[in-house]
Amino acid sequence: MTVAVNPSQTGEPVFYVADEHPHPEGYSTSLGFWIYLMSDCLIFAMLFAAFGVLGANYAAGPAPKDLFDLNLVAVNTSMLLLSSITYGFAMLTMQQNKIAQTQMWLAITGLFGVAFISIELTEFAHMIHEGATPQRSAFLSSFFTLVGTHGLHVSCGLIWLVTLMVQVWRFGLIEANRRRLMCLSMFWHFLDVVWIGVFTFVYLLGVLR
Amino acid sequence: MNIDTHAAHAHDHHHDDGHAHSTFSGYMLGFVLSVVLTAIPFWLVMSGTLPSKQITALVIMAFAVVQIVVHMIYFLHMSPKSENGWSMMALIFTIVMVVIALSGSLWVMNHLNSNMMPIHEMTGMK
Repeated sequence: MTVAVNPSQTGEPVFYVADEHPHPEGYSTSLGFWIYLMSDCLIFAMLFAAFGVLGANYAAGPAPKDLFDLNLVAVNTSMLLLSSITYGFAMLTMQQNKIAQTQMWLAITGLFGVAFISIELTEFAHMIHEGATPQRSAFLSSFFTLVGTHGLHVSCGLIWLVTLMVQVWRFGLIEANRRRLMCLSMFWHFLDVVWIGVFTFVYLLGVLR
Repeated sequence: MNIDTHAAHAHDHHHDDGHAHSTFSGYMLGFVLSVVLTAIPFWLVMSGTLPSKQITALVIMAFAVVQIVVHMIYFLHMSPKSENGWSMMALIFTIVMVVIALSGSLWVMNHLNSNMMPIHEMTGMK
């Protein structure tokens, strides 16, 4: 299979790559998924940049101080933080091969995720009801795009979570399912990292402004 | 036989490719640190303890950076060794891109904004 000439034997340099030895299935999945997350990070960076540029253009409309309720944001932040730690517990019980407990922690994580999305949608509905729609000002357009994109990511994570719970229920904690749960773990914690940026730069700095 | 060696190889790999097996204490330490690092900025802004808004802004941004590092280490299990250093390489590249894009956008647009002619002057120019 490998036809590379050993340079130390002939003294000639080798200008081609010898065939790689076969890797087990899923060998490069976590690195590939990490690179996906980094590209996702760039999307959020651009949305943060847009918010940074437009965030002070209220067009004589409502400012962050009039719209944001920091108590609600604090509750929302704790929902996401709690879902992070419960997902961590799911990964720990997965390592110990306890299927029932893994499923239980995944379900709890999902409930915290649903709570987060519900609170966020309530907040959005309240803002839109008061006339603070995305069309109102550049600040609101960039706010809804940034926070909405994060919320959309969390919603997709929830769909993925339910899919994986069905997978684990049907096939157990097989190697492929462990790998998938590992990827979702990275995705979920990554969204929590993005949320740190959101609550700091959008909500806290917005109210300070 | 072939399948057996494959499985054994896969299993070995799972252990030494730098995915440090997460521990309960690691997650709990990360969680407690995150709660503290989240609670302090919220408290600072909601109570207005610090004398000036600028100082408060700088302090909460510093807390955010520290909390992101905490999440990276304790939740995402980042280490210079994971994936033979390739994850760290991708992360550093992304951070460089993000810093250039963010600081560049804010800098350019801020200059553009301050050099823009105010509307009342433009109406006088016919």
